[in-house]
Amino acid sequence: MTQISGNLRRRQLWDKVMLGLLVLGSLVVVAPLVLVLSKVFLTGFSALNLAFFTQDFQPVEAGGGGLRHAIVGTILMNLLALLIGGTLGLAGGILLSEYPDHPVNPTLRVISDLLNGLPALLKGLVIYTLVVIPTGSFSGYAGALALGLVMVPIVLRATEGVLKLVPWNVREAGLGLGLPRWRVILSLVLPAASSGVITGLMLGFARAAGEAAPLYFTAGGSQYLNFNLSQQTESLALTIYKYANEPSPLRVEQAWAAALVLTLLVLIASLLARWVARVRP
Amino acid sequence: MATVRTQSRPSTSPLYRAFGDRLFAGLVLLLCLLIIGIVLLIGWQLGWNGARAFEVFGIVGFLSSTAWNPVTDVYGAWPFILGTLITSLLALALAFFPALAVAIFATEYAPRWLGNVLSYALELLASLPSVIYGLWGLSVLVPALRGVQQSLFLWASDHAQWLLPVLGNPIGIGLSAAVMVLAVMVIPYTASLAKDSIALVPAVQREAAYGLGATKWEVIRMAVVPYARGGILAGVILGLTRALGETMAVVLVIGNNKNLPFTLFGPATTIPSAIVNEFGEAQGLQLSSLLALGFILFLISGVLNLLAAWIVKRMSVDGRL
Amino acid sequence: MKGILAVATATLALGLATAQTLTGAGSTFALPLQTETYIPNFTKATGIRVNYQGVGSGAGIRQLTDKVVNFAGSDAPLTDAQLKDIEAKTGSKVLHIPIALGPVAITYNLPGITDLRLDAEVLAQIMLGKIVRWSDPKIAALNPNLKLPNLMISAAHRSDGSGTTFIFTSYLAAISPEWKSKVGAGQAVNWPAFSALGGKGNPGVAAIVAQTQGAIGYVEIKFALENKLPMAELKNASGNYIKPSLESSKEAVAGVEIPEDLRLPNQIVNTKAPQGYPIVGATWMLVYQKQEVSAKSEADAKAMVKYLEWILTDGQKLNEGAIFVKLAPDVVQRALALVATMTYNGKPLK
Repeated sequence: MTQISGNLRRRQLWDKVMLGLLVLGSLVVVAPLVLVLSKVFLTGFSALNLAFFTQDFQPVEAGGGGLRHAIVGTILMNLLALLIGGTLGLAGGILLSEYPDHPVNPTLRVISDLLNGLPALLKGLVIYTLVVIPTGSFSGYAGALALGLVMVPIVLRATEGVLKLVPWNVREAGLGLGLPRWRVILSLVLPAASSGVITGLMLGFARAAGEAAPLYFTAGGSQYLNFNLSQQTESLALTIYKYANEPSPLRVEQAWAAALVLTLLVLIASLLARWVARVRP
Repeated sequence: MATVRTQSRPSTSPLYRAFGDRLFAGLVLLLCLLIIGIVLLIGWQLGWNGARAFEVFGIVGFLSSTAWNPVTDVYGAWPFILGTLITSLLALALAFFPALAVAIFATEYAPRWLGNVLSYALELLASLPSVIYGLWGLSVLVPALRGVQQSLFLWASDHAQWLLPVLGNPIGIGLSAAVMVLAVMVIPYTASLAKDSIALVPAVQREAAYGLGATKWEVIRMAVVPYARGGILAGVILGLTRALGETMAVVLVIGNNKNLPFTLFGPATTIPSAIVNEFGEAQGLQLSSLLALGFILFLISGVLNLLAAWIVKRMSVDGRL
Repeated sequence: MKGILAVATATLALGLATAQTLTGAGSTFALPLQTETYIPNFTKATGIRVNYQGVGSGAGIRQLTDKVVNFAGSDAPLTDAQLKDIEAKTGSKVLHIPIALGPVAITYNLPGITDLRLDAEVLAQIMLGKIVRWSDPKIAALNPNLKLPNLMISAAHRSDGSGTTFIFTSYLAAISPEWKSKVGAGQAVNWPAFSALGGKGNPGVAAIVAQTQGAIGYVEIKFALENKLPMAELKNASGNYIKPSLESSKEAVAGVEIPEDLRLPNQIVNTKAPQGYPIVGATWMLVYQKQEVSAKSEADAKAMVKYLEWILTDGQKLNEGAIFVKLAPDVVQRALALVATMTYNGKPLK
């Protein structure tokens, strides 16, 4: 504590300098967000048109078409992935928080962190060997499975975190009323933490929506619109990766438009989560 | 995520009696075992299928060799491991102080609305798709870097010829671009964990320091940051695992050169970008070598996560490391 | 995982009705030809859809081997060992059906220069990383009229396994002994130059060259034309400097002897034709002779045959519009005969 007895003037000056540095640091963090978003919005918006939403892949000579197939594919695969990843992640979060003494817990926690650090690519690679090769074709289901794996650790972490914030006496009150434990968890604890759980689900959704690498070997990509996930399926992230380097400027514009739509999808998802969090405190 | 286990809880044993409870617990357990099973399966797949590369080249040989030649079927992992370590560690070094700054500013200085805005911005940064970072890196960051590198290069060619080899080829694509993109992607992870753990520092800590006559910065430096050290460190490691595994944003800007990188401004390759480039067509020993690369990454991120878990656990016992 | 799989397969079995779709993957060399030209016209004519993904020749071959696609697009023929291996695994031969030919252009990005001349030896030295500056006397010797800048050379190459790489490295290996011994020919090779840059697919290499001053790279001609990248004139075996074009490629292809199975193990490089461009490659569609290996139904197998026959007849007329060389009439006849040998569970598909 020797520093405290220094020259007061100098210490107050330091105080101001450090505040300045902190503000500068915060600006450095926010700046790339602004840069990326503004680039995506400006470039993407000028490339958006009606055909983008109403048409599928078309040759450049025929106008290039749109990305309806990719938008539909992204939404379908991500919803199914949300179902898979959400269920697994919720179960994991519930086990960690509601059965804190369970012998599986330490392993589960490490495994979940490991899954979080594992490149999504490797998850796709395993789905390729386990699902794509045995079924004999790429499919939206395989893509959704890979994306589901991307979501699991994110949802799990978020669920565990918010469930733990629910005061223990909520559970005691429920149990005191004679409710079985599973009812207490499902109808008291989860609803009390619903906003946080939903935020976690949305974060997982956003992260998975942006994954292109695992879809390469699972969903396979497609030029066609289909609502049947047993077929090869396109996604926006995959399109961006494929079109970003295309020679035709039209395709590059479409990549930016796809980036904009994907960003909007993610933004809407996270705003929705925020809104739900505020409506149901 | 800081784990605060302070609430008392009743013994669990009588609650298992009801059949519904057992069913529910069983179901939850089953799903969790499924998660564990899948991850072990991934690890096993990588290790088992990668084993041939280790067998053929030897563990040390594979790890230390710099050759990667599909024509002669000889593979070594060192350039990829080095590329991965350089990009991740440097990205983290670049991201650490801004991340800490935003965490401290948002919790200690900013008015509530600004703090909310900042944490929303962090959440957004975390949830922006990585392929968009790659697209942005390729079309905005790389040309900008190229401009900087070229003027540096011109200056050096007039005034400091010896610098030229270090500067490499001023084209923007390369390790430095990858490091910068990764740094942007790592910040939200490190910052949110730091922010959470700083917010958890008890008010008593601060009051005691103020009581000694400390200025606000001194309070933060001596009372708050040391107390939140564990969470900050855990955030760093979380960010590191994120950086290690990032694929798409890196592959677009790093230049994919499989030689040993010789300067920060030159092209290189990382483990995930090598896998995404070559997995599609690889067969036989090449495939096995790629999977062995994946296994190495699996082990590195496993060890780092164990470390993070240990740190968080240490922190949750008495609130500090 | 099992539960999810069961649900997935159950839904798979229910299956919503969709149009008949063939799946293919591979060569990005042939990507524009497939997705921009063949497929829209074929679908218009027959109602059959074809889903083609440009993942690179190597990946296409792997997916065909894994039996997850109906056909692979490749600019590198399978080796004898690969053919034998696949036949042992699946019980079926793989047929090489050529669909088009095209030149591989050497593109570069040098401010104000559009008429660069190169020969194979200098090109190999550049790719080996031995010539590192554009002002190198060896380049200047070939271009006495050009004022070459003192820029560093960034040699761009494919980061994925690629038929285009195979064609290009076959050319260098055919002419430069040093290249042959140090690097060799293949779909993916070890690029020794320190300033080498890898891009994914023909589009990726074209993008690197377009963005990077001092870059040089090899792409299928269409990618150079669409990006408005200049193409180097290459010295051929007769000592003439030739620009890549359909005409100069046709010259190169004209005298080539084509083996019975329509494979060209070394592609068409270093032609003897005086006006022929020295780096020309063919692109094939690879299919199983016994269609039951990859086709889900007899209808799919028939559609596969229909697509191949359409490409070899009606499709050929569209090649030149898409800046690809069409096949010679006798090659078309031999390819059609090969297609006629395809079967489904022993039944011919004609």
